[in-house]
Amino acid sequence: MTRWVMVADLDRCVGCQTCTAACKEANGTPPGEQWRRVLDMEVGEYPDVRRAFVPVGCMHCDDPPCMAVCPSTATRRRADGIVTIDYDLCIGCGYCILACPYGARYKSEHPRFAYGGGPTEAERKRFDARRLGVATKCTFCVDRVDAGTEAGLTPGVDPEASPVCVNSCIAAALHFGDIDDPQSNVSALLSGNRHFRMHEALGTGPRLYYLWH
Amino acid sequence: MERIGPWLQRSWDRRAAGNFIAGGSGSGLAIVAALDAFWSGDPKPAAFAVAASLIALGLLLVWFEIGRPWRFLHVFFHPQTSWMTREATLAPLFLLALAAAAWSGPSTGSGWALAALAAFLAFAFLYSQARILRAAQGIPAWREGALVPLFLATGFAEGAGLFLALFALSAAIPFTGGPFTGGPFAGGPFAGGPFVAGLALAAILAREIAWRAYRRSLAHRGAPKGALEALKAIDLPVLFLGTLAPFFLIAAALAFPRAAGLLALAGGVLAVLAGWLIKAVVVTRAAFTQGFALPHLSRLAPAAGGKSARPGWS
Repeated sequence: MTRWVMVADLDRCVGCQTCTAACKEANGTPPGEQWRRVLDMEVGEYPDVRRAFVPVGCMHCDDPPCMAVCPSTATRRRADGIVTIDYDLCIGCGYCILACPYGARYKSEHPRFAYGGGPTEAERKRFDARRLGVATKCTFCVDRVDAGTEAGLTPGVDPEASPVCVNSCIAAALHFGDIDDPQSNVSALLSGNRHFRMHEALGTGPRLYYLWH
Repeated sequence: MERIGPWLQRSWDRRAAGNFIAGGSGSGLAIVAALDAFWSGDPKPAAFAVAASLIALGLLLVWFEIGRPWRFLHVFFHPQTSWMTREATLAPLFLLALAAAAWSGPSTGSGWALAALAAFLAFAFLYSQARILRAAQGIPAWREGALVPLFLATGFAEGAGLFLALFALSAAIPFTGGPFTGGPFAGGPFAGGPFVAGLALAAILAREIAWRAYRRSLAHRGAPKGALEALKAIDLPVLFLGTLAPFFLIAAALAFPRAAGLLALAGGVLAVLAGWLIKAVVVTRAAFTQGFALPHLSRLAPAAGGKSARPGWS
């Protein structure tokens, strides 16, 4: 069995937002929608204050609250753990946005572009009217994962089969792989380092792991 | 502006609040009207008609809010786990049961059975509304378990208040006839008046208890500061205008039959408005998101002593 997860090394992340930009470019999300983003958090108290750069997005939870509340069954979870949205089923009620404790879901009613009125060439190419008025979120670049797997590539190892945020990371802070494979990159990282997940107490089983040393 | 601490959700606005307000009052009114009918033996069709209209109005408001309104039938696709599907399914069933009860008439056993079924469906609808919010894990003020009894109690209080207000009002208008005959405490056909007043008093007290329990539980578990402040801001209006004033006005209506109509009207309206205020604030102003948090800081900030960073929380 395959279960895709993402690992973010907080000691490596420098907060450059390259993953954010890569995600936006690849998915053509409108202004204000960032399926992948990096929080710049300040922790501690003066004089011992530190900054922590924390990548966030859809956690592709084991028990996704967005899926349970969805009245239309548009939100589903695949066998490999990737949580998807069927844009043709979604009614845009926004309930899943409120059910997600990670602020990972968005809804745009109208087309919006980076520079006012018209789309740029890249925005025009990636514009998808099916995404208007419905919920959207990070897909773990499911199309790349599926196409790569079909071509015999290994997601998380081969860039062609990996999420673009992982490929773009300049510090090798983001990793993607199969947690059920004990030999995988992510299994090695998780077994060799201390890690946590965001809001674990809520019982959602998020599959974005944070390493801390 | 980067969002790290909890932020106020903008996905559901006044239209969604309107569904909880109208649907809650409507289902509460249907339950109270059914209880009154069983108690007095004299069903008030107008009360049921108003209840059905309110529930339909609430769902219409939601329809105006969804991004793809012409796909509304998809809302029925997920009864296994979605309380929104269950709420949407119960509404037409309630309306059907009500229509069948009206068609059968109060003189038949099946009419009474269908009225009882409609009341049960109205209760299930009210419960579903409360569970819709409870299931929204991203909003701490909604996922709090004590919100369910609060929404049930205020639904009953609003229903009883609305019932009293409606019939006090109808009694004050001389030319109204048909279903609006009789005043709440004027005797005659409206024998259930004191019974409904008793229900209202109990529901108003229950709501105050549930409101205090909800706020206490939320503060105890920890919640976004903005949510606690929004709820605190209406605490005194809820206590004085939503509990004490309607309680004493309705109790006075029982004690002073000559002024019963006016007292019941004022008490009923206040009982309803307080419930609407609570729901409007819970849905639109206390609805802060979870925000983000780091559970372990011993390396990132040694002086924090391993405490977690949870900006914006109590």
